[in-house]
Amino acid sequence: MVKTIEHEPAKFKEGEIISVIEKFPIGHYRTPTYVRGKQGIISRNLGKYINPETEAFGKNAGSKMWYYMVRFVQKDLWDNYVGQETDELEIEIFENWLEAIN
Amino acid sequence: MTHNHPHDHTPIVQEEKPGYYEILEISVRELMIEKGRITADDIRKQIELLDSRSPVLGQQLVVRAWTDADFKKRLLENGNAAAEEMDITIYDDTAFTVLEDTPQLHHMIVCTLCSCYPRAVLGLPPDWYKSKQYRSRAVKEPRSVLAEFGTIIPDEIRIIINDSTANQRYMVLPLRPEGTEDFTKEELEKLVTRDTMIGVTIPKII
Repeated sequence: MVKTIEHEPAKFKEGEIISVIEKFPIGHYRTPTYVRGKQGIISRNLGKYINPETEAFGKNAGSKMWYYMVRFVQKDLWDNYVGQETDELEIEIFENWLEAIN
Repeated sequence: MTHNHPHDHTPIVQEEKPGYYEILEISVRELMIEKGRITADDIRKQIELLDSRSPVLGQQLVVRAWTDADFKKRLLENGNAAAEEMDITIYDDTAFTVLEDTPQLHHMIVCTLCSCYPRAVLGLPPDWYKSKQYRSRAVKEPRSVLAEFGTIIPDEIRIIINDSTANQRYMVLPLRPEGTEDFTKEELEKLVTRDTMIGVTIPKII
């Protein structure tokens, strides 16, 4: 039997610290460059949503992937950030862009 | 065309030629109709639905949340279900997510990739929301952007920026201003403007 990603359990838990993979593929991606390579925390598991990376090209349309709300500290994202140490940014990221921190 | 009404105006003409993407959109739309996948009436209906939404719906949600603690809880837990309770359909299968401001925390929303916006409850986004300047600067220097909107967030208040990149559609539940305890529902609704629900300003007693 072919195992599809839809049957896989979520890889990450709420509260877990993760890193966004630093990769620069060509295509349709929803992960902005400003978070790539940065560390954040999973603030919510948002369930599964249509994988836009294949959907954008009409391939494998309808396949879903786990995605999460990930929270970053602003000072970790931007050099010379002007604001509070505790200012944060929250964004949705698909599971194939995240890796665990060991 | 007959044109005999009494007032003067310059003739209404369309001088601009359609651009690349406009021609692409027209071609795809006409092909879809020709192939019978959708009808012209489907498109008209969808535009009519989009145009029927406005910040009035968001105002109703905010004021209900300010005055009904149980509703607020439901709204924060499941935006779609709470909106539908108020007969506001979230027609596009997005996850409507409400972000609650507190005396210590201010939220502001942006879509750095394009123009994701809670259209079902706020209508179409303002042009500045879709501008490259707002999209790039809101994430990087929110306090400066807020100051340009005339909104000074004191240093001790934390700011969280929510960037929509997939299926969440955020709306800010702003803080109810002090001194509004005796306000009627209508008076409260006047305080809740579109921009307070985007988070670029806060409700003010005028």
